[in-house]
Amino acid sequence: MSTPTHETAPEVVTHFVSLKHPWRIAGIVLVLILALLLVITVATNERFQWDVVVGYLFNPRILAGLGMTIFLTFIAMVIGLALGVVIAVMRTSASRTLRWSSSFYVWFFRGTPVLVQLVFWYNLGYLFPELTFGIPFLEPFVTVDTNSVITPLLAAILGLGLNEGAYLAEIIRAGILSVSTGQREAATSIGMTRYQAFRRIILPQAMRVIIPPTGNETIGMLKSTSLVSVIALSDLMYSAQSIYSRTFEVIPLLLTASIWYLVLTSLLSIGQAQIETHFGRGALAEAGVSGRGMSHLLRRGGKAATR
Amino acid sequence: MIEATSQSVDVSDVHKRYHHNEVLKGVSFHVPANTVTSVLGPSGSGKSTLLRSINRLIPIDSGLIRVGDNIIGYEERGGKYYELSDRDLCRQRQRIGMVFQNFNLFPHKTVLANLVEGPQVVLGRPKRETEEEARELLASVGLAAKADEYPGQLSGGQQQRVAIARALAMKPELILFDEPTSALDPELVGEVLDVMRRLAEDSSTTMIVVTHEIAFARDVSDQVVFMADGVVEASGPAREVLDPERSPRIKSFLMRSTR
Repeated sequence: MSTPTHETAPEVVTHFVSLKHPWRIAGIVLVLILALLLVITVATNERFQWDVVVGYLFNPRILAGLGMTIFLTFIAMVIGLALGVVIAVMRTSASRTLRWSSSFYVWFFRGTPVLVQLVFWYNLGYLFPELTFGIPFLEPFVTVDTNSVITPLLAAILGLGLNEGAYLAEIIRAGILSVSTGQREAATSIGMTRYQAFRRIILPQAMRVIIPPTGNETIGMLKSTSLVSVIALSDLMYSAQSIYSRTFEVIPLLLTASIWYLVLTSLLSIGQAQIETHFGRGALAEAGVSGRGMSHLLRRGGKAATR
Repeated sequence: MIEATSQSVDVSDVHKRYHHNEVLKGVSFHVPANTVTSVLGPSGSGKSTLLRSINRLIPIDSGLIRVGDNIIGYEERGGKYYELSDRDLCRQRQRIGMVFQNFNLFPHKTVLANLVEGPQVVLGRPKRETEEEARELLASVGLAAKADEYPGQLSGGQQQRVAIARALAMKPELILFDEPTSALDPELVGEVLDVMRRLAEDSSTTMIVVTHEIAFARDVSDQVVFMADGVVEASGPAREVLDPERSPRIKSFLMRSTR
């Protein structure tokens, strides 16, 4: 240093001695030992019957069950989203009647187990033996036997969809509330109708808040569909059960089902990350990432970046 | 800058209360077409509420607001005033632009998309034409190069200039400015005021500006409305209203602002 106030040149430090983390090392060793034990057990315990697991992976009944699981997840989420938007908008309404009735819906469907709801819909015939369609107090147009209408499939769709609607309503409401009132004012000031403002300005911005928990809900729903096996609907879980009840290969078939569930949840996670990047537009710009850098960042890990 | 017809604004005896707090206690003034009016006054005097009621972002309790021949928010039939539907109200708002203190640009859309949103979605005008106009407008506020960026990438002053361009893209007959420079860093205030000054000189649009910029009010406006405590304390040409001798309130306001 050339400044005269320093009498001696500062000492050049060449090496630091890092702090030792003995507990961390102990932890690593423990985890490695446990992992090794797990691998050895899985590989040597013949009762896993990996050949049977693999053999059933593409079994027609398993694949049919897989198809039903995917279908149920999809339809329940679609119904849940549609209901969720309506209930969320009702909950932010100026009308007290609409607010309270939607709150009641959420309270009821979130407050009872989905398993109970499924069994309830399945047994609706006990409550209403006949379903009638027509104008109240007049001769009905159509009367049908409830048990012929409420098939296991319909009971499953109703049970899962109505339940999901309650959860998604809360998620969507949080999303709508996360958009500043200034955005609605700005949309209104350029002459947009309420619907246009909601559809083009509010909802796309709310999506950033809505997508991550909705992704989790979809993954949760995929697994919840396994509950429909109690109302004898042949989803993935029910198919596995019906095979092992004959062959007694319980563990291998549960593993087969688990592998498929893992495959599906992994695919959903990837899809979720991509949708998140799509709706993260503009938010990244605000974080100070510009132009080219942004698209690069988007491709690498939108999930982390959008939060 | 733009070619559009302009409208006069007539505010008469407007009242507005929030619960027990009466914010507007009978406000009246007239803004001739093709003029600039600055609304000044201490904070809490009801300026922003008044401005927001002119395009009915806030519904008023009583009184009438006329923009041109239209009564804002109502339709008169046989001596009765019927509240307008959302759709009809939107038709009135299409012709009234607004610029906000916090810009309120749409953060998920590019600058260009912010400008064409209104003309395309609300007015249903073609893409090519509206984009051309939008680029011209951006050039006129000195931001031609920023068309494809997102609002979050711009400085506050740039965002507010985009917001002004977004309002102009609808070819409004009246533009409302709600403290357009209050959220800006001091060094960015000038660029926004410049754009507004040019707008006042070059275009025929009627402007109502709620502001704390006394110099701007003095230099640019045809009329100054001084509000205090929910009423118009004084209105008229700037040099008459912004005279410390006129009232003690105006005097203390001027003293606080120049410090």
